[in-house]
Amino acid sequence: MSFELHREKFPCRISEVEIGAGVAGNGQRFLQVGGASTLPFLSFDGPSGHLPVIGMEVWDVVPELWPAPLENIFGPVAGDPVEWARHCAQEWGAEFICLRLRGADPELNDASPEACATLARDVLDATGVPLVVLGCGNDAKDNVVLQKVSETCAGRRCLIGPVTSDNYRTIAAAAMVNGHLVIAQSPVDVNMQKQICVLLNDLGVPQTQIVMDPTTGGLGYGLEYTYSVMERVRLAALQGESSLALPMIVFCGFEAWRAKEAKTGPTDGVVQGVAWEALTAGTLLQAGADMVVMLHPEATRVVREHVKALAGGEMTL
Amino acid sequence: MALTGLQIFKLLPKTNCRECGFATCLAFAMALAVGKTSLDDCPQASDEARETLGAAAEPPIRLVTVGQGEYAVELGGELVLFRHEKTFYHPTAVAIEVRDDLPEAELTERLHAVQALSFERVGITMRINSIAIRQTGSDSASFVKTVELVQANSPLPLTLVTQDPGAMRAALAIVGSKRPLLWGAAEANWREMTALAKEYGCPLVVTAGDLAGLSSLSEQVTGNGYKDIVLHVPAKAAGDVLRAATAIRRMAIKKRFRPFGFPVLASVGDNRDAYLAALTAATCIAKYASMIVLDTVDPAVVLPLLTLRQDIYTDPQKPIQVQAACYTIGNPGPDAPVLVTTNFSLTYFSVGNEIESSRVGAYLVTVDTDGTSVLTAWASGKFGPEQIAEALEKTAVGEKVKHRKVVIPGYVAVLSGRLAELSGWDVLVGPREAAALPGFLRSYTAN
Repeated sequence: MSFELHREKFPCRISEVEIGAGVAGNGQRFLQVGGASTLPFLSFDGPSGHLPVIGMEVWDVVPELWPAPLENIFGPVAGDPVEWARHCAQEWGAEFICLRLRGADPELNDASPEACATLARDVLDATGVPLVVLGCGNDAKDNVVLQKVSETCAGRRCLIGPVTSDNYRTIAAAAMVNGHLVIAQSPVDVNMQKQICVLLNDLGVPQTQIVMDPTTGGLGYGLEYTYSVMERVRLAALQGESSLALPMIVFCGFEAWRAKEAKTGPTDGVVQGVAWEALTAGTLLQAGADMVVMLHPEATRVVREHVKALAGGEMTL
Repeated sequence: MALTGLQIFKLLPKTNCRECGFATCLAFAMALAVGKTSLDDCPQASDEARETLGAAAEPPIRLVTVGQGEYAVELGGELVLFRHEKTFYHPTAVAIEVRDDLPEAELTERLHAVQALSFERVGITMRINSIAIRQTGSDSASFVKTVELVQANSPLPLTLVTQDPGAMRAALAIVGSKRPLLWGAAEANWREMTALAKEYGCPLVVTAGDLAGLSSLSEQVTGNGYKDIVLHVPAKAAGDVLRAATAIRRMAIKKRFRPFGFPVLASVGDNRDAYLAALTAATCIAKYASMIVLDTVDPAVVLPLLTLRQDIYTDPQKPIQVQAACYTIGNPGPDAPVLVTTNFSLTYFSVGNEIESSRVGAYLVTVDTDGTSVLTAWASGKFGPEQIAEALEKTAVGEKVKHRKVVIPGYVAVLSGRLAELSGWDVLVGPREAAALPGFLRSYTAN
């Protein structure tokens, strides 16, 4: 049996999406994601698209109880999200910032839409890297908050959301009018992922302005569900399901640090929480994650290095 | 092309001799058709059957056993490329490397550390599967001595890492009857190594620098009559490891390329950054390694990796369950809330985590729903008023609190009335999503 390498050819390609836009003078960087016509890092099959980008999450309100490894790092900046974000972009190499507006939650601080929007713009201006803005999870409040964020940051190509099939019109319309992109979220379900993407298409949102959030399960807490849904979404897209031919974003830091094992494990030498976060990300990279949102700077660094190692190599197959 | 069970059955002796382990030739044929067994298991198969069945007579990836008894580990036997297509069957074996130049005290310390790497998670014990002993010099005496020491101090199957047939033979003289994995055979030594593997009946790692070389070496060894082999490509960059393992798995499954129809061993590389080594290992677990060799005994690295292995190798059709019981969260007193949910591990973890973060002590009663989520269990009659009432009764949670109020998930509000009737408890309807529990519990205790 003579050896001949089998190469997989897919008929379709993931849409290429651009996040972030410069405004005159501030030199803001932008990112391109997506564009793959193969499964992740399988460059021998064909062009495997832009490398996944690794960003960091910043919260407007810090949690009451923070695991020690996070407290130690973020303690000095946690009260000041703009400063925190600046550290992420300038010290820790975040390629983008993900601002989570927890404080907008009526159950928490009920922060005003104006305050949230000003914060988003300040983070954009302070960091010079593209921005993802997440609402608080309360549909009614997110509609007004994210609309205001869209207006205040008009033209900066932020990625805003999430939107779901139950709540997408207001946010998606505001994002489109102001030149942003939206996060289409599904509850770990291929069909519902398709549904929200189709709904957005029907609303006139172009393929170049949607990123999918299949909902992240952390390591040991549902990771395998997210993993398989992402693999199915990506395979369907490459085989021709155009509504799913979009980049995917995963929130590894947020989910990983919710795990008991991340909060309580060893912290001298290898920090178990950092490993927990890094492995959540490393696994989802194999399922097709294009944008990875991290929390801990060390986990961010190693995942960025790992992406390089996955893209690199010299072996001829 | 793949044959159907009936087509295969026609070629079998039809004696129902049961020597293959199946009750009938038909059952054997059916198992053969889906790649779950090998024609080699039929002692009476004719040459004609062997020839006709060709590739269909073998599973796409051979199942190779390392070690014996309780700690034996099976490699390979996989049938799909993606776990959602069916499932992955044989979890990636994790070996820990020890070098033969390690001083005896350090060696025993490392073996104890390996033995301590055992973790209980959702009712399953996760542990290390093998000790890989690497020869570092040309002296076979220290290799043999290390093999002796490891054997005396660890119950785990051994992986013998040496390219020197002399050292391998000396080690096999001691542990040859225990089915260690021999690592192994390469272009220069495959004849001697294959002869040793045959003589002792031990699985053999076949190594080549690239896929073409691996393919021809695999053919040479199998052509020599030995099939219990494991494939290895020594790659350094994570990308190379991933692409080589993917290419091998894909050709074995989709093309039935026989030289690649064996489990793959991946080395994680000599990465000095523990996190990066762990990330490469994680990639190997997700993408197609049946065995990985780690150079660390740090639980902060090993626990996440074993957890990942459990995640990836969970059968998508059989969700992980927690035991149906009454769980204590925080420090509940006699007035603490009592909540019920299902025993699907994720449901339990989400509800449990949210209760924990609310910092309200509570009792959480899980009902045995075969590991299905609230809505699925309710729809299939596994989470009805009868089952919930029975769980309240069985777990005797009523003896821990002095009230009779139970909180049910918002999605099954409809069963409140019947549950109250059956159990005699007052039924409170909780939120639909676990995320809303902290708010709910705070107002619950305020009232």
